[in-house]
Amino acid sequence: MLYGYTGKLLDVDLSSESIRMRTLTEDEAKKWFGGRGLGTYILWKELGDRWEYVDPLGEENLLLILNGPLSGYYPGTKVAVVSKSPESNGVVGSVLSSEVGMELKTAGYDGIIIRGKADGPRYLIIHDDYIELRDASKYWGMRGVKFVRTIIKEIYDEFIKREGVKGIPKEPAIMYIGPGGENKVRFSAVMAKWAHAAGYGGYGAVMGSKNLKAIIVKGTGPLPPVANIERLKELIKQVYKRIFEKASFRNWGTVAGGYNVGAVKSSEPVRNWQEEWHENSEISVINFENRAWIKRFWGDYGCPVTCMKISCLKFGPYKGAITDGPDYELIAYVGPNLGIFEPEKIVYLSWLMDEYGLDAINAGNILGFTAELFERGILTKEDLNGIEPKWGDADAFAKLIELIVKREGIGKILAEGTYRAAVKISEMKNVDVLKYAVQVKGIAVGAHGIRSEMDYTNPISYVPSVQGGDHTSTANPLIKQKGELAIIFNDSAVTCAFLDWGVSEELIEFTRVITGWNITLEEWYDEIALRILHLQRILLLLGGPDVYWDPRIHDDNPPRFYDPLPSGPFKGKAPKREDVISMKKQYYTEIGYDEYGIPREEVLDRLGIPDAKRAIMRIRERLKI
Amino acid sequence: MTETEERQRIWIFVDPLRCSGCRLCEIACSLKHENIIWPEASRIRVFELIPGVDVPHLCVQCPDYPCVNSCPTKALSIDEATGAVLVDEEKCVRCGVCIKACPGNIPRIPNNRKSVVICDLCGGNPACVDICQEAGYGALSLFKGIYNQIFQTYAKNPLEKSFDIAKKMYNWEEI
Repeated sequence: MLYGYTGKLLDVDLSSESIRMRTLTEDEAKKWFGGRGLGTYILWKELGDRWEYVDPLGEENLLLILNGPLSGYYPGTKVAVVSKSPESNGVVGSVLSSEVGMELKTAGYDGIIIRGKADGPRYLIIHDDYIELRDASKYWGMRGVKFVRTIIKEIYDEFIKREGVKGIPKEPAIMYIGPGGENKVRFSAVMAKWAHAAGYGGYGAVMGSKNLKAIIVKGTGPLPPVANIERLKELIKQVYKRIFEKASFRNWGTVAGGYNVGAVKSSEPVRNWQEEWHENSEISVINFENRAWIKRFWGDYGCPVTCMKISCLKFGPYKGAITDGPDYELIAYVGPNLGIFEPEKIVYLSWLMDEYGLDAINAGNILGFTAELFERGILTKEDLNGIEPKWGDADAFAKLIELIVKREGIGKILAEGTYRAAVKISEMKNVDVLKYAVQVKGIAVGAHGIRSEMDYTNPISYVPSVQGGDHTSTANPLIKQKGELAIIFNDSAVTCAFLDWGVSEELIEFTRVITGWNITLEEWYDEIALRILHLQRILLLLGGPDVYWDPRIHDDNPPRFYDPLPSGPFKGKAPKREDVISMKKQYYTEIGYDEYGIPREEVLDRLGIPDAKRAIMRIRERLKI
Repeated sequence: MTETEERQRIWIFVDPLRCSGCRLCEIACSLKHENIIWPEASRIRVFELIPGVDVPHLCVQCPDYPCVNSCPTKALSIDEATGAVLVDEEKCVRCGVCIKACPGNIPRIPNNRKSVVICDLCGGNPACVDICQEAGYGALSLFKGIYNQIFQTYAKNPLEKSFDIAKKMYNWEEI
């Protein structure tokens, strides 16, 4: 008996408009868990042989919405969104807060495989075993807030009718894309509840490329049975107790970081990472609280943390803006990174990101990059459709966002993301602008720098990571600590990392109690996590068709991270290139990569994925090593 | 027993503006009553039709008990100690008449479950209130005393409640 899983995946083909059921076997579940792990496996199995030819924004790519064994039971629920990334051309495991995972599991599904491309806008509606694809033409083009308000009014009645005499069901969960995803902006997010996003990966663009506006799902059943319910109840209480004591995090969420990460840790992006320190207390959490918050504690299903807040501006020039905290990454990226320190302007720009359905880390990164090129005179007012993006000018940045979403003028280039835009602008202007691009393998570096050595990051956090600049999936020289192998647990099990960052004995016990498997922490590190990591690494190095990575060049920090910090208490600090190289080599060895950073064949044999060796030959051939 | 003591009842006060939408109440309730996490079988259900507008929805124990009176099989009765409505699973035929009779359409017949579910106030110590208090939100709190007619006016349709609160929270003229 497969405890903790439903054992079923929905397989939706948008090209033929057919819906089938696929069984999830116990062997697949044991080897790949769910979420990021299972997603990597499904992508490998279906597309691995021709990965280099699969256009992430083409009909062939698969979009996977996946639960894991812990989703729903472990406090706080996320759902994983996995696909071939239009940013990295590898696999990025992204997670979305919302009730989507819970509704899916109680409807009887461990996930959804979406394939093909619809011949016009569609949305998918699921109410237990009632499943239908519908025309979404009238919703296409709608921004987040309007879309959610409109569709819930239009479809909720039919859920009530289908329940008949059984009473009024709670609302269905809705995941959707905004105009960014519709227009295939490479850094578009899959959205839920206005302000929640699966950002990294750019899967809003994948959903848009398939003409899928939204997935609406309602489950009415219980979660699947678990192996030991009595112990599970005790463990849930144990987590609550631990979390309820974290008073400052629960009160402030990550919003406190806007001031703290810059002022105390010197690791916050300031003006496109030209600095990482600021001491501007205007941006401190108290001003968000007093001027914008209308709700202090906001959580998704089963979350004892409720780190999210709701901001809503009720007067002033940005009246009507609604977003969450915003959380630290957004505050940093549309705030100090753009030279902006006023809470209202940060709330406004965050709201625009949500409304258009953009990943604000990658979007804020390219806005800062553009502003620096403007400052340096490389991009002129004429290049920028008359816009002058000066540091601190929120209205100018808002205009740039609109150009990007519409793919108009310079927006067409910027919509390709920082890496691709940098390559293009370097060609256009005949000057190397890649040195100002703070990204790794097509993915903007999260708002946690490495230079001051005061943050949780280290000199190779972003260097060999299979998810590039993703600040949640960072490499750690001590491989069994809070690094890639640990965080793969959160993304595959699927749990929120803000409950417990990385794998732990407690999370492993949850797994045992839910699934009944006799799994240990050692087995996680030495087998399951390594298997997932190696397969992700292989798909990343296969890459293509428009972008390929050479680990000898691209397993490196952005050039800016080698410039000494110019200001603050850690002025002058930067990692040394030779240290980064030796740490990287050491990491390769311990993880099981060869000297070039390619998975070693004997390791793939040991991990039970010998068929992946075929891909190694293709990688070597391309790199001529 | 004096007449006053006889009318002592328990009631759960709800403050939607303090509700975080965390649903720890639903988890506590369904674990206690169903021995598994089951959102639609929880006797308290938090509706969130509009993001951020979290509306706990549960039985208010109307003094005239329209659900109990409407039940064609006499499956519903009143717990004299608390005032809660009790369901006799053997007698319930899942007809849904009680849901229609309820001014807030609160009872629910979960999929593949034997009978309708209605809040039984956990016999006097509701698990939902405990966890909400422990978590520090105070969206749910316990009232003990004489039943007030006004409580019944809180039995309202969840859509109506949600849209009213959404307009207030976000300064909207309409949804």
